[in-house]
This record gives sequence, structure tokens and C-alpha cells, in this order.
Amino acid sequence: MKKMMTGNEAIAYGAYLNGVRIGAAYPGTPSTEIMEEFAKYEGVYAEWSPNEKVALDTGTGAAYAGARAMVSMKHVGVNVASDSLFYGVYTGLKGGLLIISADDPGMHSSQNEQDNRNYARFAKIPMLEPSDSQEAKDFVGIALEMSETFDTPVMLRTVTRIAHSSAPVEIGDETPPAAPAEPPLYDRNPQKFVMVPAYARGRHVVVEERIKKLAEYAESTPINRIEPGDDNVGIIAAGAVYQYAREVFPKATFLKLGMIYPLPEKLLRQFASQVKTVVVIEELDPFFEGQIRNMGIEVRGKDIFPIVGEFSPGLIRERSAAAGLIPASEGLAEAEAASTSTAELPIRPPMLCPGCGHRGMFHVFRESGALVLGDIGCYTLGSAPPLSAMHTTGCMGASIGVAHGIAKAGMKDRVIAVIGDSTFFHSGIHPLINVLYNQSNVTVVIADNSVTAMTGHQQHPGTGITLQEKTTNAVDLEKLVRSIGFDKVDIADPYDLDGLAEVLEDHLGSGKPSVLIVRRPCVLYTREKNEPPHVDVELCSNCGTCLDLGCSPIGQAEDHVVIDPILCNGCGLCIQVCPSEAIVR
Amino acid sequence: MKNIDILMAGVGGQGTILASNILTEVGLELKYNVKKSEVHGMAQRGGTVESHVRWGDEVHAPLIEQGYADYLIGFEMLETARWPSYIKKGAPVIINSYQIPPPSVNLGKAKYPSKEEIESILTAAGGKVIWVEGTKIAEELGNPAAAGVVLLGVVSNMLGGDEGIWQKVIQSLVPERFLELNRKAFQAGRALEVA
Repeated sequence: MKKMMTGNEAIAYGAYLNGVRIGAAYPGTPSTEIMEEFAKYEGVYAEWSPNEKVALDTGTGAAYAGARAMVSMKHVGVNVASDSLFYGVYTGLKGGLLIISADDPGMHSSQNEQDNRNYARFAKIPMLEPSDSQEAKDFVGIALEMSETFDTPVMLRTVTRIAHSSAPVEIGDETPPAAPAEPPLYDRNPQKFVMVPAYARGRHVVVEERIKKLAEYAESTPINRIEPGDDNVGIIAAGAVYQYAREVFPKATFLKLGMIYPLPEKLLRQFASQVKTVVVIEELDPFFEGQIRNMGIEVRGKDIFPIVGEFSPGLIRERSAAAGLIPASEGLAEAEAASTSTAELPIRPPMLCPGCGHRGMFHVFRESGALVLGDIGCYTLGSAPPLSAMHTTGCMGASIGVAHGIAKAGMKDRVIAVIGDSTFFHSGIHPLINVLYNQSNVTVVIADNSVTAMTGHQQHPGTGITLQEKTTNAVDLEKLVRSIGFDKVDIADPYDLDGLAEVLEDHLGSGKPSVLIVRRPCVLYTREKNEPPHVDVELCSNCGTCLDLGCSPIGQAEDHVVIDPILCNGCGLCIQVCPSEAIVR
Repeated sequence: MKNIDILMAGVGGQGTILASNILTEVGLELKYNVKKSEVHGMAQRGGTVESHVRWGDEVHAPLIEQGYADYLIGFEMLETARWPSYIKKGAPVIINSYQIPPPSVNLGKAKYPSKEEIESILTAAGGKVIWVEGTKIAEELGNPAAAGVVLLGVVSNMLGGDEGIWQKVIQSLVPERFLELNRKAFQAGRALEVA
């Protein structure tokens, strides 16, 4: 029987069937649903860790203990976890360790489109890449076997179009292996697991020998396969891009790579000898192309296809026609389509939801005129017009450190760092300690909506609930920052604009490091909705003050504003800002 | 080999994801190979949402190619007008007569295109435009959020599959407390006479 599953659901299913007992992750698009789905299976332990590094240490520890473990994260999460990745490669493990890197070509919801295939080469670990949900499920089992056979972490790379696309998966009557009846005794082996230089030097040799053996394995694994066809053009592709290329080149010879590092050199040579022209079609970096060229095999790739942005079947068709790989006429539909202009249509950027507590906070920030150094979360949208009240965003946790550096460099501007509650637990605590330790005049605002909102409302250490819905200790933000040593700590409600403005001015004028917790739970999570106000058209002077809140239900009619009651959440901010008292409930 | 490619466009929070899940499962019931891909960007509410559903004997890519969409289903007028390049000549464009002005329009920096302008963009690309008062009908049934299912009711007449299959899938995907609403919304759409 077949069931539709997203790539993420299929990975979770594969992990369950293959006896993964421990899962750890921090939410991040497009990886989030892997751990959410895995957590639902019986007999497994799954957690939201505070960040990806903690998640990977957790997975590594579980694998040291002999359990099969899975750790999942978005591509930039691997940056956070990378220190832990590299020691695990040296020590090896006992149980299988599977690391999922969910990349985001096209940056649908990310700050960059780094190509994490490079991590496999950098860390010297094998990497697999599925091209649909069935492979996502199957490759999990292959990866875990490989991890245990070669004693190495294995990385499975997906992209948004695999993670969030649905395709049929064969559902059999497989069941997971039973967990050990009794907890085993830990196998203590310092030479393998204590990475002091004397031991690590020996382990580096193991790493180099291991990756050679994996390259041999890559020659014969069935997930790398030649699909025979017309011998004019031979295409090397993997993952989602393989599927796009199959649409455009239904009859070509393909080398379909499921194991994308290390590459199978003999198989590549055999493939190259079978076809007239070898073409690598790969999104982002010339990862295959460079390595294949280094083998001395003539290959085309980035001379035809772009290095920037997400691919699509249409893009591959157009570029292939332009390069003469397919008849020029086949590229015409695409070219004609591209000429259809929709450029004049107003764009619809992502924006804060109606009722969002961040809106009032950014309104007050804007009015304060302060410089606001931002972070990653829904509140990143506060940088967009008309709020335009955030001036940097880099990566998770960067806000506070950047604010500290700017304050130390000495600017006229008053400095606010703004960071969400979940992001604060992820990587905000260390830079906050630094603000106090090294004394910078920064007001740190924790925008507390009491959930990890942007990725779809996941729990975090402050919510008092675990991923598997168990009640637990909730870390109290106020107590935490006071325990660090901050004595100027306040809590304010962003629905009360005057109250928030007053306390913010007090902090900005205090001349010392301080913390302001701006707290309003996410209304999409609490499902709180109040009565929508309406506009008294007699009183409305059409001044546009309410429109500057950037709230989608507030729109413009001929000579006054209107509020769409279907979209409105009833937060009442517009009532507070209207100078004519024209918005009433 | 014939594929049926259905593109959906709307604004976050409008129910495009539920609608694409329904189409996916109906495709499976009709014994097609099915793939689906959706992108919901950074915003939980208020951003652009697109969803690709592909039925066929053999489906490789989860994405529809420009010029190949057999149906375009628009949950919001402006969002529908962004996709003319995907329409296959003669493809029905089922459009919800509902506007959610983007911020630039609310701020008076851009103009929301008129119904006629939107229709001409889609017609020029070869689309056969069908307007549906989806939000209005759903509102009359008690909840404007069911507008997408009204649109599906309209499309179901063109895609085939008897009503039992559609209703069975809706039952399997919609939470109990919204089931009656969505059943009625589907029937209302299916009963509409469209040119």
C-alpha cells in the first residue's frame, strides 16, 4: 500500500522502522517536521534541544551508548553544530548516527543558500541525497547501516523541494527492531573517545582510511546507478534536481547519484566513456563538477547552469536549449512564458500577522529612533516597511553580540538588541553574559511570544512542555537574566504602547546594560481573538497613522481607512495610535 | 502519457494547504501517481503561498513547469494574477472573487489591479477565467475559511471523480468540528453553474 508523505515524514518513518530510538533537533525550515513526526512514534525518545549543537551532542552521546540516533536541522543549523560534527567524525560511534541537513536553495525561509554538500568533504563523512519521499525513507536505513559498518556519522541532505514535497511511499508490514531488554554497560575506551592530541592523531589516520573505504563502497552501492538511454548526452544529477532533469531529458543516459560523497571514480569514468558529452546538473556549488574535473574527466556544468538560486524543470529546459543540449524549439515555451510580464503587480512581502505582539514593539522602537540590531524569527519582519525598525539580521543569536560591538565602537545612536525567546535560549545567553561582563550600553529586548513561532509553534525550554508533550521545568526568563547579574530587568506588554514606550525610554536612558522582556504570547498559538474595531468614517481624517502599523486588515478606501473584520484579530493597536479617535469597538 | 498539473495560489492562512492535500489524496484515489510541492514562506499569515499538485502516469518533478498548468486555482485575486506564465493555453483559471490588499496598496504606494485587469492578464496568457464567490459563499455557510473547499467543489466537476471520493477524502483530512462546514462548502461549489 502506498501513502503520501512529505520527505520529512518519510525520513521520520524510515528512522522509526530502522530502530532509531533517540532523536534531537532544533526547529528550522525546512527540517522542522522531521522531529515533530518522529516524536509521534511509539517507543522513541525525541526532543527539541536548545540549539543544533546541543542536539548533535545528544545524538552523538546516544550513539556512543550504542543506540541508533537521528539529529535533524536546517542547513545553517549545521554551522552551529559543526564543532560537534568534527569530533564525532574522529571518535566514531557505536550505534548509528544519522545527521539530516535540510538545505534551502532559493532561500524560501533562510538567510543564505549555502550548499551543505561541502560539509561532507570538509568533515570527511559520507553523504546521501534522496530524490523523492520513497528514497528519503529508504536512504535512512542505508545511512544507518553505513554509519555502523564504517563507524562514522552519516549525513543525509535534503532540500526544500524534497522536505516539503509529498510523494507516495510504500507502507509495508515492517516493524522496528526491539529495544535492548536491559540497559547495556558503557564500553569505556579512551583511546577512541578522548580526543586529546595523542589519541586524535591516531584517529585522523582512521578517518582518512575510512573515507577511502567509503569511496570503494560508493562504486558498488545500488543507490548510485547508470540509467541507460541515448548516448549523446550523459547527465549526472542527484536529489530533486535529478527529477527536474528527468522531465527535460526523458531519453538521456543518466548517472543518478544517491550517495553524493565520496564520489565513485570508477563508475564516473565508465559513465563518461559511454556518452559523447557529460553534463552535471547541480544546484548551487559546482560540487560534483569540480571533483569530476579533478579526476581528469571532461564535463560541462556551470558553464550552462547557474550557481545562484533554486532550479526548476523550466530553468533546466531553457538553459539546456540555449546550450544546444535539446532542440532550441523546446526552450521556446519557457522563453515565451518568461516574457509574460507581471512586473507591475504590487508585491506581497511576508508580514507580521494581525494581532502579533511584535507589531506594537516595533512601532515603539521606530518612535524611539534607536538603532535596533535584530535576530532570526518572525520579528525579523519588523525590518520591512512600514515598520522599518530593525537594522541588522545575520544569524541565530547574532543580535546581542553585534549590538555589543556597535556600542563598543561608539555610535551616537542608542542601541537596542532584539531577540526572540526561542532564539535567546538557542544562542542569546552567552552574548548576554558578555554585555554584562564587558559592560556595554545595550538594552537587550527579549521579544517573548512564548513559543517558537516562525517554524510553526514548537515548544522550547521556556514553555514548560517537551516535544513529546510532557510537562517539565520551565526556564523563567526574568530569573535567568537576573541570575546572570542584571539588575535592570523589566517586563512590558506590547499591546500597551504608551506603557512600553515609557519603560523603553527608561532603559535607553539608564546608561547601563539592561534587559527588557516584551511579552505577548503568539495569537496564532493561543488562538486569542478579540472583537475587531471599526472605523467611524465621519471622524477618520485619512491621515494614515494606523496604516503605518503595517497591519494587513487595515486598508484604504476612497477618503478613509477600512478594517477587514475577517482578517482582524482585534489587538487594538490601531485604536491607540489613531489621533482622531476614529477607530472604535 | 497525460499529466494533470494543478497550480494553486493564495495568501497564507487561506487554506491552500488543506486544499492541496485534498487534491493530492483524490489523485491517489483516482489511481494516479501524485506529487505535491508547496512553499509557504516566512510568514504564518499574510504572505504568498503557492502549491503545485501533479497527477499522472509518471510524475518526476514535484514542480509544474511554466506553460504546463492544466488548472490554476486562485484563492485571492492578486495572487492569481502572478501566475499567467504557468497557464497552458485554454486552461481553466478558477478565481475566488476576494481581495487581500498587500501593504504597498494599503499604504497608497501601489494600486490593487481591477477585476478587469486581472482577467485580461490571465486571458492574454490563454486562461479561461471562471470567477467564484468562494469567500462569500463560505461566509454564508458560517466561515469564510472554507472558501478554498468551495473552489475545489467547482474544480471537481472538471477533474472528475464522483462526489463520494471527494467527500471521503474531505472527511479524512478535515477535523471533526469543521467537517459539516467543509462538506457543505464542497457541495455549494460543486452545484455552481459555471460557463
